[in-house]
Amino acid sequence: MTQTELMIMLVKCAVVLMGLLSVVPIMLIVERRGSALMQNRLGPNRIGPFGFLQFTADMLKFVFKEDLTPAHVNKFYYILAPWVTLVPAFMTFAVIPFASSLVIEGNSVHFQLANLDVGVLYCFAIGSLGVYGIIMAGWASNNKYSLLGSLRSSAQMISYELTLGLSILGLVMVFQSLKLSDITAGQGEVLFTLPLLNWTIPKWGIFIQPVGFILFLVSVFAETNRLPFDLPEGESELIAGYHLEYGSMKFALFMMAEFVNMTVASALIATLFFGGWQLLPFFGDLVHLLGGADWVRVLFEAASFLIKVAFFMWFFVWVRWTVPRFRFDQLMNLGWRVLFPLGLINIFVTGLVIYKGVH
Amino acid sequence: MSFEIDYSFVAFIAFATIALLGSLMVVFKKNAVSAAFSLILVLFSFAGIYAVLGAHFVAALQILIYTGAIMVLFVFVIMLLNDHHTENDLEKTGFLLKVVTSLSLVALGTILVKAVYSSADVHPTGTLNSDEIIRLGGSVQVISEALFKDNVFQFELLSFLILAAVIATITLAKRGTKSSKNGSET
Repeated sequence: MTQTELMIMLVKCAVVLMGLLSVVPIMLIVERRGSALMQNRLGPNRIGPFGFLQFTADMLKFVFKEDLTPAHVNKFYYILAPWVTLVPAFMTFAVIPFASSLVIEGNSVHFQLANLDVGVLYCFAIGSLGVYGIIMAGWASNNKYSLLGSLRSSAQMISYELTLGLSILGLVMVFQSLKLSDITAGQGEVLFTLPLLNWTIPKWGIFIQPVGFILFLVSVFAETNRLPFDLPEGESELIAGYHLEYGSMKFALFMMAEFVNMTVASALIATLFFGGWQLLPFFGDLVHLLGGADWVRVLFEAASFLIKVAFFMWFFVWVRWTVPRFRFDQLMNLGWRVLFPLGLINIFVTGLVIYKGVH
Repeated sequence: MSFEIDYSFVAFIAFATIALLGSLMVVFKKNAVSAAFSLILVLFSFAGIYAVLGAHFVAALQILIYTGAIMVLFVFVIMLLNDHHTENDLEKTGFLLKVVTSLSLVALGTILVKAVYSSADVHPTGTLNSDEIIRLGGSVQVISEALFKDNVFQFELLSFLILAAVIATITLAKRGTKSSKNGSET
């Protein structure tokens, strides 16, 4: 590895890390203002223009609160747990491509931290580690509500991870690769052209795997513990579930992990089913208008990716304040009796279609 | 270059140390849940070692299946059992058990020493080294071709075995619920 390559790698790491960290304050305000919008209230609107600086107050509150450890907890695992949820959340983003490549001083730069052979599998593998933070937190807190929360979380994760894996298999079969870069590049092709309007429909995942998309979306909500599947914390029945005994910065870490997980989930949805960094409609024309230089194209690709991710982040908030929480048996029924068979059927049909030679 | 660090060697040593310490913790932790958490650490560092060896697919599957799924079930079951007899009282073990334990310890130690001594000049055999795998299109390609093309018959046999096991498990579980609920709806 030459010096330039090392520099490029470090810059990429820094950009991704900073990006993920800056999501947290943005989502704090978006979630609070968003919930207010949904419920016809005002929400925090005092600090800064439209309340956009509310996160500073929130963060200050978290930092200055007394960081106490209850006497009845298992100290080691109690302190470790928030980190176990947070670190995998950050690690998952490493394989997600956020723009195509660019040649800088003879080095071709790919805008992806690691282009692994097993990209999608890596995402799911590391993503599945996050649940241990929740289990650890619930168990180490030595509190019945917390333990119930972590039990629910482990059952839920196991059930929905299966559907999550099945839902993307169809996509993998179409694009013949587990690499996220290949899948994104494949989605740049044209699926078909609408005859009258001369609009081209790209080969995005949602157009070739609509069932897979719905399965993936639902399972991702369950995996990120967001409403309507936030049973591990379910404040109305378990008070706060697994993070009941946590306060100040330790609680803030859990919240950060949730937002980062949401970001990674949104990025995965965008990458797998919405073309990732493939340009949004009309962006291609804009790039042409601006001269079509490579760096302009990359900028617009990154912008397209960001817009897609931002939309799904908003979608998470939107759903959270719209749909009520499931009951646990409903959750399990949905997972095992509806989504799981649907995933199997989807794979079978996809295989049949590919075998018949339709692409 | 005046100094060239062999990153994969450093990574191997790190993961191996974690795995060893973790295994010791699995054995010596008195609390069942802590032992299970240590086992997660061990399985994760195995995945790290696979990744260092260039077997990314195996590493991903190791985390996905062992660390991510099986261990969650382990922890789940241990928590549900809520076992209060977790203290392993070594004083109460019988004389015979002590003898058997010591003998098996000696045997395991011998195997370990032999393995360490004979592993000094072992090189992977066969045509598939890491360069060859990259030339053939990555580890996913190589493994899937081996599984679904060259050894597809054995693979199908194995899947029948697993299917049989699944059916047996379901049958056992169903019978249990029926007898306990007097044949009511499961």
